[in-house]
Amino acid sequence: MTQKSLHKRHSELANSKRQLEILSNGIFQNGDLPTFKNKIAETNQFPLKAKKLEILQINVGYMCNQVCEHCHVDAGPDRKEIMTRETMQQCLDVIEKTGAHTLDLTGGAPEMNPDFRWFVEEASKVGIKDFIVRSNLTIIRANKKYYDLPEFFKKHNVHVVSSMPHWTRGKTDKQRGDGVFDKSIKALQDLNAIGYGMPNSNLKLDLVYNPSGAFLPGNQAALEKDFKKALLDDFGIQFHNLFAITNLPISRFLDYLIASENYEDYMYALVEAYNPAAVTNVMCTNTLSVSWDGYLYDCDFNQMLELPVNSKAKHISEYKEQLLEGRNIVISQHCYGCTAGAGSSCQGSVA
Amino acid sequence: MQKTYYDPSDLKKFGKISDWNEELGSKFFEYYNSVFKEGALSEREKSLIALAVAHTIQCPYCIDAYTGDGLQRGITKEEMMEALHVAGAIRGGASLVHGVQMMNKVNKLEM
Repeated sequence: MTQKSLHKRHSELANSKRQLEILSNGIFQNGDLPTFKNKIAETNQFPLKAKKLEILQINVGYMCNQVCEHCHVDAGPDRKEIMTRETMQQCLDVIEKTGAHTLDLTGGAPEMNPDFRWFVEEASKVGIKDFIVRSNLTIIRANKKYYDLPEFFKKHNVHVVSSMPHWTRGKTDKQRGDGVFDKSIKALQDLNAIGYGMPNSNLKLDLVYNPSGAFLPGNQAALEKDFKKALLDDFGIQFHNLFAITNLPISRFLDYLIASENYEDYMYALVEAYNPAAVTNVMCTNTLSVSWDGYLYDCDFNQMLELPVNSKAKHISEYKEQLLEGRNIVISQHCYGCTAGAGSSCQGSVA
Repeated sequence: MQKTYYDPSDLKKFGKISDWNEELGSKFFEYYNSVFKEGALSEREKSLIALAVAHTIQCPYCIDAYTGDGLQRGITKEEMMEALHVAGAIRGGASLVHGVQMMNKVNKLEM
């Protein structure tokens, strides 16, 4: 099990430029597989253009209590990048004036940011329709100071979205670390106990499934059915929706693909499963990702690859809707991850 | 000419069998896709049956395909191995049940 981030290990894959080189060389350079640009051009979908902003996703820091094998953020306890209250205030100023219906806080473990609670309290006053916090669940059981998080989420009507790679202990712990499954189960029971995830409850609790290896996610609806049955039968746990998310070939997942000699087969699988219908609804067209230091990206993956938005407005402090709407989305071969099969986004399937 | 009978990358070319007989190839794939759709049995159950049969007929392409298919569906390795033991039990049983024939013959011939 991984204990340190790629950054801490000084791995060459901690370097985003190196990752982009790998994604452009080999099978894509020699023509065995088409580049993403050429593929979407076949159906006249190049360049991909940003539509009206619907989802503002804010990454409040890369620090995390877990070191998951597949993490595209390369998050972990050793990452020190944390959003300051000043940058949070700049985000709040934008949230107030934008028409986006969803605010989506992510990390790392967003709860580890010392100003997390202040930010949630302030942001919940703005009256955004859907206020998501991506919680890894184990943080709720990691330390006494986090035990009241379910109540805190409830108080601010936060929509909790949590990762759960499988309904069995073995597959979960292999991907996310020893003990993660049991802690996640306890956290889900705590959330259920105060109404989260219960049938007809307004306290939304969704789970994120992503494959624990070099394969694509299966049908989202079928997986949701299996998850619901197993979690209810085995632990009495209920939740609302399951989002099936494809692992994108960047950062630690790319490192895993290369080390396990699965990289080429995985890229072939992504390209073979390419679905032009998924391109139409790909999340970068209605989402803006803000990094811990306030810079703007088309998505969280581009943020990790340090591919900034193609716009004059590069920072949240420079945010102007007219400068960002209609911008050309920055793409590379990792984008195949969002267009395979039924498509993939932070909200699950798109096609 | 390749030096081995099986090449994993050939699995990707399966669809090409239609190139030399479009009508029968298309009919086969249409049938194949219909078979695996949810019916009285779920797609998940069918995937496990396919995995067990793949091992019975010892088709490396099918083993590759239905191991991957099972993982995508969230099927665990414990479930996969149990399915294989069903295949193993039937194969073993098929040999052993013929033992009755052997025993009948021995009983007939021996004094």
